[in-house]
Order: sequence, then structure tokens, then C-alpha cells
Amino acid sequence: MKTELRTNLKAIFGRAYVRLVGAHREPSWLASEALLPLLSTASFVYVYKALKAPEEYTGFVILGGAMTAYWINVLWSMAAQFYWEKEMGNLELYLVAPISRMAILLGMATGGFYLASTRAVFVFVVGSLIFKVNFVVISLGKLALIFFLTQVALYGLGMMFSSLFMLFGREAWHTTNLFQEPIYLLSGFFFPVKSLGFTIGLLASFIPLTLGLDGMRQLAFKGGKESGLLNVNLEIIALVILSIFFLIAAHYALKYMENMGKKEGRLTLRWQ
Amino acid sequence: MSYAIETLDLTRTFKKGKKKNNSNSKKPELIMALDKVNLTINPGELFGVLGPNGAGKTTLIKILSTLLLPTSGIGLVDGIDVAKYPEKVRKKINMVSGGEHSGYGILTVRENLWMFSQLYGMQTKVALQRIDELMKLLGMQEYARLKISKLSTGMRQKMNIIRGFVCDPQILFLDEPTLGLDVQISREVRKLIKSWVKEKKEKTVLLTTHYMAEADELCDRVAIIDNGKVLACDSPSNLKTSLKQDAVFHIEVNLMLDNLDRFKVVPGVKKFAYEHKPHTGRTDLKFILENDSYISAVTGEISNNGSEILSLSKAEPTLEDVFVSLCGKGLEDENRA
Repeated sequence: MKTELRTNLKAIFGRAYVRLVGAHREPSWLASEALLPLLSTASFVYVYKALKAPEEYTGFVILGGAMTAYWINVLWSMAAQFYWEKEMGNLELYLVAPISRMAILLGMATGGFYLASTRAVFVFVVGSLIFKVNFVVISLGKLALIFFLTQVALYGLGMMFSSLFMLFGREAWHTTNLFQEPIYLLSGFFFPVKSLGFTIGLLASFIPLTLGLDGMRQLAFKGGKESGLLNVNLEIIALVILSIFFLIAAHYALKYMENMGKKEGRLTLRWQ
Repeated sequence: MSYAIETLDLTRTFKKGKKKNNSNSKKPELIMALDKVNLTINPGELFGVLGPNGAGKTTLIKILSTLLLPTSGIGLVDGIDVAKYPEKVRKKINMVSGGEHSGYGILTVRENLWMFSQLYGMQTKVALQRIDELMKLLGMQEYARLKISKLSTGMRQKMNIIRGFVCDPQILFLDEPTLGLDVQISREVRKLIKSWVKEKKEKTVLLTTHYMAEADELCDRVAIIDNGKVLACDSPSNLKTSLKQDAVFHIEVNLMLDNLDRFKVVPGVKKFAYEHKPHTGRTDLKFILENDSYISAVTGEISNNGSEILSLSKAEPTLEDVFVSLCGKGLEDENRA
């Protein structure tokens, strides 16, 4: 048991190392991954300014713009990563190794989280300074807790998606493509999700970012509470449930898909 | 005694696609990749699986390395059922495939190898020491700090081979490890495999190849496999001895002969195989005859066809001849197809 834990921890570090080192060896990604997203975020700020929207909307947009980094990272650099690993021939080496598949995904998540956080912090700090965002933090502890739970649930969701890539390859690639933009809308990346109406907002809450963004906005900005979907405490409980659900679901989905792939012979089949 | 590897009626079929039959119901067409394969491999043995492309070699390795489930039958690795307890099996094995492109281009050779060693829980110090030793053995020291995106195919395969050995597995699966490598690198790789098994008596290697000479040089025992079936299994010398009573002739002719099937019906010809050499316009013919006296019938048939014999030699049986004798075709014929 102890040996297994140590092996899995080493595997997590080993896989994370690829991204951590990669980030430093090719710093050019900073320009495309951090600077450019700030521009699209800024355009939303100017829309609100032109419409003379309440001041807190600038903060809402900057926060949403920063959080997109995690969504893109989860979707493309973790969920879809098994597709790339399969094409490169690494997937079968991971599957033959005496480690949990989740350890590999956690390694990707750790490395990816570092990259995504660099982008998120850049957008958040630079955006806040340029547009003079006014923060009124009600509870720093709860704010940190919501951020943490959102990440756990979000990366759990990414792990669940990765099971699709383990088996379906290119077909799941299109599915993931379909998820990217609609989630920006449904999770309210650039506006309070309450604007979609309570029912749609509630349905969209299955995506961890919806409640995460809503909760953080309520806790970090003046007027955030009025535009909130649910009570923050309720959102924390919901995020805990989502975190547990997605992690357990990911575990079983990975096991199920791996077994199906081994049965059908598609686990290591390339160019599907 | 428990075998390092054992297969009991191991069978694997793949769906080829959906084909409509007369009743309009869609039934998948099945390809038999492995057909009731029974093998036993002892601990410490270097065992070869020899066969043409599509014979079922890779399928066998994929099942035994827990990447594929058998359709029926049992595969045991160190006595553990690969289908039921894959997690336990994975602690004992590692695998390297020929033509593999694994690894991350952004990392150096040494970093890639270290990264893969972490999947086996190796201590960094031990892993790096072992990586350096193996790189030295394969003459790769100067490539250690080079990004793998800059490596040639041969160097990349050397790195893959090192990856297989770094964690010092109890059982190592090598799927066509020298595929596409030049003579020198293939030799170095074979030397490493041989010395590893020799030094560590308890280690077992299952190697698949379609290079006869490689199997002959490396393996304690060889299973010849074709169309998913094991046709013979013995030491290379015993397999060759089984052909001693036959006469094996190699003939080179000056034309790219066609209608070669007629040689199969020449009196005294037990088996026949050929290899066209388009770059020279010549054809190599290989005959296994009931005895020497039938060679005149063969040469007569060649002359009748207007072809000139450039060389004729009676050969000691090789594994290639054993394959021809068992399958009625040469490995090259199959690979060309």
C-alpha cells in the first residue's frame, strides 16, 4: 500500500515535470497564452463600459477572463491529453506501468495547473490594474475555499472526459470542441449566470465553473451578492458534492473505458 | 515450478467490419489474430516468437502486457492471470516496441528516461545511475542532454530499449526491438539483451521478431507462429535439426520469374519459397527437397523456363528454412504481401 502510494506520487511528479520544464524551456507560450486572452477579456470590459453597466461588472469580466485559463487547460490539456498520448505512443507505456491512471492525469493536472495559473494570474492582475477593479472581499477564507473546490471539481470533470479520449480518440475530440464555447455562455464567464434565469443557471451548475464563478463574484465584489444565483454556503456544499462526484465518476469511467478498450482492441489503436 | 509466462488456448479475434449476409442482418467479420495458443516460457529464458507481419506476435504481447483482453483462453505472467489481475502483472513487466515514438520532445534523453522510471517508483538517484550505465553500454552518453526531438530513429530506439531495462523488470516484452535499425545498432541492441539475460538469471525476455537471424542468435527457444497459430516451438538448433534429413537448396536465377507455383509440383519438392530482387532483376529460390537426387528436376524446370542459374548451393538448414518448411512460404513473401 505504502509502496503503491509512493509509486503513484512519483508518477504524478514525473508527469508534471514534463509541463513544468516545458513551460520554462519555451517561454514563448506566455505571449499567446497570457497576453492575447487579456485582449479578448478587455473587449468585454469595454462593452460594459460603453453600456454604462455597474462598476462591479468590470471585476466580473476580469475574474471570468482569468478563469477561462483553467477551463481551456482542463478541456484541452487534460481531457484531450490521452488522445495526444495515444498518438505519440506514450499511452500504452502509461497503461503498462504499475500506476493508477488517475496518477497520470493528476500529473498532467499539476503541470497544467501551473501553466493555467500563470495565465490566470496575468489576466487577473494586469486586467485589475489596467481597469482599476475595486475588490470588496467579504471572506477571504471562503473565497479561497470556493476557488479550491472549483478546481478540484473541474479537474475531476476533466479526468472523466479523458476516459472518452482513452477510447474514442478523434470522435471525442469533436465532442470536446463542442463543449468549449457553450460553457463560456452557460457558466457565465463574462456575466452573472443569474441573467440566464434561475432554472438554466441551476442546470448549468453541474459545470463546476458556474458555481465557482458565481460564488467568487459574490465574495469579492460589491454588488456581487445581488447578482448571485444561490447562497454562497449552498454553493460551497454543491461544489463539495460535485468534487466528490466527478472524482469518483472519473475513477469508474476510466476503469470502464479502459476495460472496454481492452475488449475491443481500441486502447492503443492510433489514427482512429 | 511456475512458468514465467504461460498461455492456455489463448485466442483473440478482432472485428474486421460489418458485412451484410443474405438475410440482411449485419454480422461482423472476424479476424483470428491468435488461435488457441499454448506456450510455456521458463524463468530466465530468452524466448522468441517468430512470424511474418500479421502473424499475431504483437497481439500476443499486448495480451500478456495487459493492454488487450483475450477473447478466450488464459494468459499467465508469473502465474498471475493477465485478464483478472492486470495490476499485479504490471509490477513485474515492462515493454518496448520497435518503431516506438514515445517520450516528450521538450525533454532531454536523460530526462525522458528518468520520467518513465518514475512510473515504476524508482528513486531518482538509482534511476539516474542506471540510465547513465545503460546509455554508456549503448554508446549514448553524448546524447544524454540532447532533446529527443533531435535524435535519429536509431538513437531513439536505443533510448526506448534503455527505457525497458531501466526499471529492471522481472519479465521484459520486446516487440520487434530492432525493427528498421541499421546493422550496427541492431547488433548493439542484441548484445544488451543477451547480456542482461545472461547476467540476471531470473529475468525473462519474450521477444517477437520477423528477423530469423535475430531469433537464431538470441533465443533459447523459438515459437514459430503464423495466422495466429503456433506451428512449432523448440530451440533454434532442434528446429533446424528437424530438417536435417531434407535437402535445402538456395538457387539464384537471372530473371524475375513469374508463375512460380509450378515449382511446387516438381517431383521431390517438399516446400518452396522465393524472393524477387527488383534492384538486380534476379530471383532467389529456396527449395526443401526430399533428398539431393531431386535437384536435377528442379534445375531442369528452371532451364525450361529460359532462365539461367547464377548460383546454386546446398545449405545447412536455417530458421528461415524451418519457416518455409512449416508454412510453405518465406517470411519475405508474407511481408511483401
